[in-house]
Amino acid sequence: MKMITVAGPPSSGKTSVILRLAESLKLNIGVVKFDCLTSFDKARYKAAGIPVQIGLSGKFCPDHFFVNNVEGGVSWGLRNGIDVLITESAGLCNRCSPHITGITSVCVVDALSGVHTPRKIGPMLKFADIVVVTKGDIVSQAEREVFAWSVKQANGSAQVLSVNGITGQGAFMLSKKVLEAREITSLTDSRLRFTTPAAACAYCTGETRIGENYQMGMMRKMEYEI
Amino acid sequence: MIDFGNLIAAQPLSALLADYPVVRDFFLNLNLPPLNEAKSLADALLEADDDWLLEFGLTREEIPSQLAAFLTTMTAAESGRAVTSLTIIGGRDKSGGAENIELHIEPGTVVSIVGPTGSGKSRLLGDIECLAQGDTPTARRILIDGAEVTEDDRFNLEGKIVAQLSQNMNFVMDLTVAEFLEMHARSRAVGVSGDADALIKTCFECANSLAGEKFTPETKVTQLSGGQSRALMIADCAYISQSAIVLIDEIENAGVDRREAIALLAQSEKIVLISTHDPLLALGADKRIVIKNGGISAIIDTSAEEKASLVELEKIDRLLYNTRKTLRAGGQINDLGTL
Ligand SMILES: Nc1ncnc2c1ncn2[C@@H]1O[C@H](COP(=O)(O)OP(=O)(O)OP(=O)(O)O)[C@@H](O)[C@H]1O
Ligand SMILES: [Mg+2]
Repeated sequence: MKMITVAGPPSSGKTSVILRLAESLKLNIGVVKFDCLTSFDKARYKAAGIPVQIGLSGKFCPDHFFVNNVEGGVSWGLRNGIDVLITESAGLCNRCSPHITGITSVCVVDALSGVHTPRKIGPMLKFADIVVVTKGDIVSQAEREVFAWSVKQANGSAQVLSVNGITGQGAFMLSKKVLEAREITSLTDSRLRFTTPAAACAYCTGETRIGENYQMGMMRKMEYEI
Repeated sequence: MIDFGNLIAAQPLSALLADYPVVRDFFLNLNLPPLNEAKSLADALLEADDDWLLEFGLTREEIPSQLAAFLTTMTAAESGRAVTSLTIIGGRDKSGGAENIELHIEPGTVVSIVGPTGSGKSRLLGDIECLAQGDTPTARRILIDGAEVTEDDRFNLEGKIVAQLSQNMNFVMDLTVAEFLEMHARSRAVGVSGDADALIKTCFECANSLAGEKFTPETKVTQLSGGQSRALMIADCAYISQSAIVLIDEIENAGVDRREAIALLAQSEKIVLISTHDPLLALGADKRIVIKNGGISAIIDTSAEEKASLVELEKIDRLLYNTRKTLRAGGQINDLGTL
């Protein structure tokens, strides 16, 4: 089974890109969608006949939740005869990245989100092998070029591809890269490309009250100017 | 190719920054604390706070090599790829019939694409955009400089040799025209380039001459009218974009001087393909491709007689244009002869 990790800011077009990719791959695709509190994608995958598992992190750190559950996804894929397993993560904060060494990683960004956005996204984009730009067909050529330049600034080694989430234009170029992904049978002993947050404080375990009295564990204080 | 590793090790930061202002972006991207620019990067980093580096997942050793890789990518992005010819090798039409054509197009040539709605004009542009290698529904193949495009090249050339212009495109950046052109020019030129200002000026003036209504460099790009936007996009394609091939999908009714716009792109030694229902654009091209049922059914060189007909058609177009202008200005159309 091949595996890829797909990440990107909310509404950047991850699900559409995956659906177009699936049409182009013509293989058994399985999706594990990681989200925080809700996910609306199940119906879209079902409608396309793609087996999907949804993982909601709820009160846990979404990034830690991802690492704790991604291996289970691999077993699920193997049990179900999936050819290409895709994890889609939306709930992660910009601090983190679900990308794993040796696993083809994709970051989806929206050309409408502003030219400097690629430089602000962080590890999710910085550690991706492929950066897919969506909605590029409706912005000017110049903005597309500046956007691609901005992606290069943040991640010089990434392959930048334009995919139209509606017509599927460009999806087949992406599918060629996905077919080059490594075959895997397990993720045990693989490594994340970037660390997850080190915090373990009261708020990690469900505290909602604000105030010094409730702040316990590992945390960091800002130094405000006088 | 410059050995940036050595360059970074040998120079104080101030010298490096003077030659490559884009280095400042690299520091911003990494959120590095202010560094002592009188020293080399490695030495300056020795003074940087350990905790800070650790916090952002950086080590002193990897930053100089990351910067070298960054400069290599950013300077490579600058140099466009020249194209000496584009070849379209026929595939099949919608019924599977063979196209049996091979068309070579050289820089400075304008080719129009005509055919009924739904016949496959945009599809042909799409094939060129992705440098199809027999793997699209039309099975066409596109050669660059007479040679097949390898898989690797296809990925590396993505977005670099083909520029596109269509009716659906808009500006979305919150920038003025001047800032916008500067930003685009900057994304291409990494080192200090004195002629960027001249280029921006020429581009702005040209956009203004193409547009019906004039605009200033201080206008926000998002506030430009449809015609003004199109004019700016075309001028930008001609002067600033590095792409050697320009694909235009229906810019008719755009309120720009279409003939002048196309001539401008051809002059800048681009290969221009334009899908159109507009007779002036179709005949204004050097050649036209006729599409029927998804396939190229003919390739016609614009004849001398057609060029003569074009002159007559332009008179009619001028008449319509002047009528429109008179009506817009509140005038009346009583005598066509005076228009
Ligand atoms: N040779 C072909 N084989 C299979 N499908 C094709 C072929 N050529 C075109 N098509 C398909 O036909 C449809 C219509 O083509 P297209 O959109 O390119 O038409 P068009 O000429 O641009 O129309 P319009 O003038 O309305 O813009 C598209 O879905 C396209 O992919
Ligand atoms: Mg069309």
